[in-house]
Amino acid sequence: MRPSAALLRKDLLLERRAPEAVPAMLLFSLTTFVLFHFGLGRDEVSGQLAAGVLLVTLLFAAILGINRLFVSEQEEGGFDGVLLAPIDRTALFVAKAAGLFLFLSLVEVVAVAAFAILLLAPSPWPALPGLLLVLALLNCALAVVGALVSALAIRTRARDLIVPIVALPLLTPALIASARLAAPLFAAGGAGSLPTKWLAVLALYDLVFGLLAYAVFDFLLED
Amino acid sequence: MDATPAIELRGVGRRYGERWALDDVSVTVPAGATLVVFGPNGAGKSTLLRVLATLLRPHGGDVHVLGEALPEREWAVRGKVGLLAHEALLYRDLSARENLRFHARLHKVPEARVEELLERMRLAGRAEDPVRTLSRGLLQRVAVCRAVLHDPPLLLLDEPRANLDPAAAELIEPLIGRASGRTRVVTSHDPAGGLAEADLALGLRDGQVALRAPAGEVDPAQVEELYR
Amino acid sequence: MYGKGLRALSLATFAALTATFALIFFYAPLDADQGFIQKIFYVHVPVAIVTLCAYVLGGIFAALHLKTHDRRWDLRSYVVIHIALIFNIIGLLTGAVWAKASWGHWWVWDEPTLVSFLIVFLLFATYQPLRFSIEDPERQARYAAVFAVMAGAFVPLNFAAVRAATSTVHPRTFGTADGGLPSQMAWVFVVAIAAIALLFALMCCYEIAAKQTRWQLRALRRRLLGSDAVAPLGRSAAPALGEPSRSAPREGGRGSYPAQAPS
Repeated sequence: MRPSAALLRKDLLLERRAPEAVPAMLLFSLTTFVLFHFGLGRDEVSGQLAAGVLLVTLLFAAILGINRLFVSEQEEGGFDGVLLAPIDRTALFVAKAAGLFLFLSLVEVVAVAAFAILLLAPSPWPALPGLLLVLALLNCALAVVGALVSALAIRTRARDLIVPIVALPLLTPALIASARLAAPLFAAGGAGSLPTKWLAVLALYDLVFGLLAYAVFDFLLED
Repeated sequence: MDATPAIELRGVGRRYGERWALDDVSVTVPAGATLVVFGPNGAGKSTLLRVLATLLRPHGGDVHVLGEALPEREWAVRGKVGLLAHEALLYRDLSARENLRFHARLHKVPEARVEELLERMRLAGRAEDPVRTLSRGLLQRVAVCRAVLHDPPLLLLDEPRANLDPAAAELIEPLIGRASGRTRVVTSHDPAGGLAEADLALGLRDGQVALRAPAGEVDPAQVEELYR
Repeated sequence: MYGKGLRALSLATFAALTATFALIFFYAPLDADQGFIQKIFYVHVPVAIVTLCAYVLGGIFAALHLKTHDRRWDLRSYVVIHIALIFNIIGLLTGAVWAKASWGHWWVWDEPTLVSFLIVFLLFATYQPLRFSIEDPERQARYAAVFAVMAGAFVPLNFAAVRAATSTVHPRTFGTADGGLPSQMAWVFVVAIAAIALLFALMCCYEIAAKQTRWQLRALRRRLLGSDAVAPLGRSAAPALGEPSRSAPREGGRGSYPAQAPS
């Protein structure tokens, strides 16, 4: 079995055995929707506002997951275990990013449904295919940047403080692009088409940061 | 028999900020021999082990492990070293079997080996329980399994007999003891016991070598001096 | 040894800055709509350009540090980012003044340069807290370098994304007056960029020289007066350059096995 697959399998097993990240991210999302209802003073949202509420909520929920990503390695000596094995250390990055992608996807299945019920004005069904694409690309960005920032922060003293303040600015272009992409999907008059310009921006972001993180991750593990 | 020493350190240093955790450490360990390392806490014993395990890079001097120069060839060394440290390096929510299988996959070791070790360590009965439910003695036994899973020619053992009752100590002896035939570096706080099972003795204090001699020539009193 | 060429650089910078301000006040034409306050543009935009280039340069130096393990690259990366952050704040403040003058608000979301400038500030402001939270100097340098590389790559991406997202109702910087930059304005602008760039380089060189001198002093004191004369370093975000002295060679040689009694 390839090392990144073995690592991913171990992480999925751990999360299934003792679920922490996924329930927390989910509950956080639902609570945030309620807060938005009261904070914005609106029963329903559409268009750019809907895109903003959904995506910012998912972004903040992702931060929770990112904070926890390497905790089991740090606390239970997993880093040493991986570092001692004759494997490419970047496999750890791939496994963690893939795991985060899966966790985010799981959370989004329920969170988007909840959003559609609680706050979204237009019907979600026509928006769904486009939304899947946008969320898939966004999840890539979150996974890549999240895995890197999490590894960066986990061995510092102020780790859960470092993650949000570093990751959120880094993710701003991804948020800009996905918000512009989601806005026409939630348009009050019925879902519009995705602006390809922003698809290109988001895909480019994923590519650049994916490659960069892959190249640079090794340096975080060496000592 | 291969004349290349298993470990060769010459003037090795490892820095932590402005302090040298290891300073000008030199020692040669022939293949198959046992080196015992003594020293008070903070002397650099664990640092030394971690440098040998390729977990830390040396900041000065030459390090050769199993004929390979570190840090350039650390890739070649990695699968050949077994480390038994203070932390068990096990995931507490997974069972012993799951943990060992995970490490087996990383080291490309067949699963049959996991079962074999679980049998030898008499862990088969508790192999499905999450590791956090195991007593310290059992935990140490699982950690020993993990350390020898990939049959490494070099063993690095940080106080291996801590937490073990005599029966368990007997169980692990053939795997990590002198009889295993592997080259071993063992840290110990027990002068007489440590010297008895070693070929060479190294004493560290404040990161520097304070004592280095064949084990037979060292008086336990000299070791106790290190701790003053 | 340290600070080679600093005097020449200082004089050049002083000359360039004087020339710039002279040109701004006496040569550059008064802008038709915005009047005198528009002249802050000659400070704001060069500062912004220099800042963004500096961040990218910091990323390049950081990549060099990762590649060579040479801590001097880490020092250069740290200083460049550190000073770029100061320039960033100046840029934001001058930008706010310009926005107030041009559009009547202290902040406008329509100016993409300003907005991406803010985002970049928020990112790089975390550089020093990140460094400060890592105690081991080697690891601090390495992790900071990883951050700087990511952040350096982020700068152009962010700029492009914000630019694409901003509506182009308001005219872009360079087309402010009469739809195009008249040659007079362009000249002042070029001189201003050169002057600000020189100022930046000067500040970096000063800081690097100061740090290196301090480390050298520390190392000398340790060697001459012994380790006790030098106070241990507290936690710091700044790179630690000094090589702590190693022990004198022990008696008895190395690699052999005469029994050695502890001294």
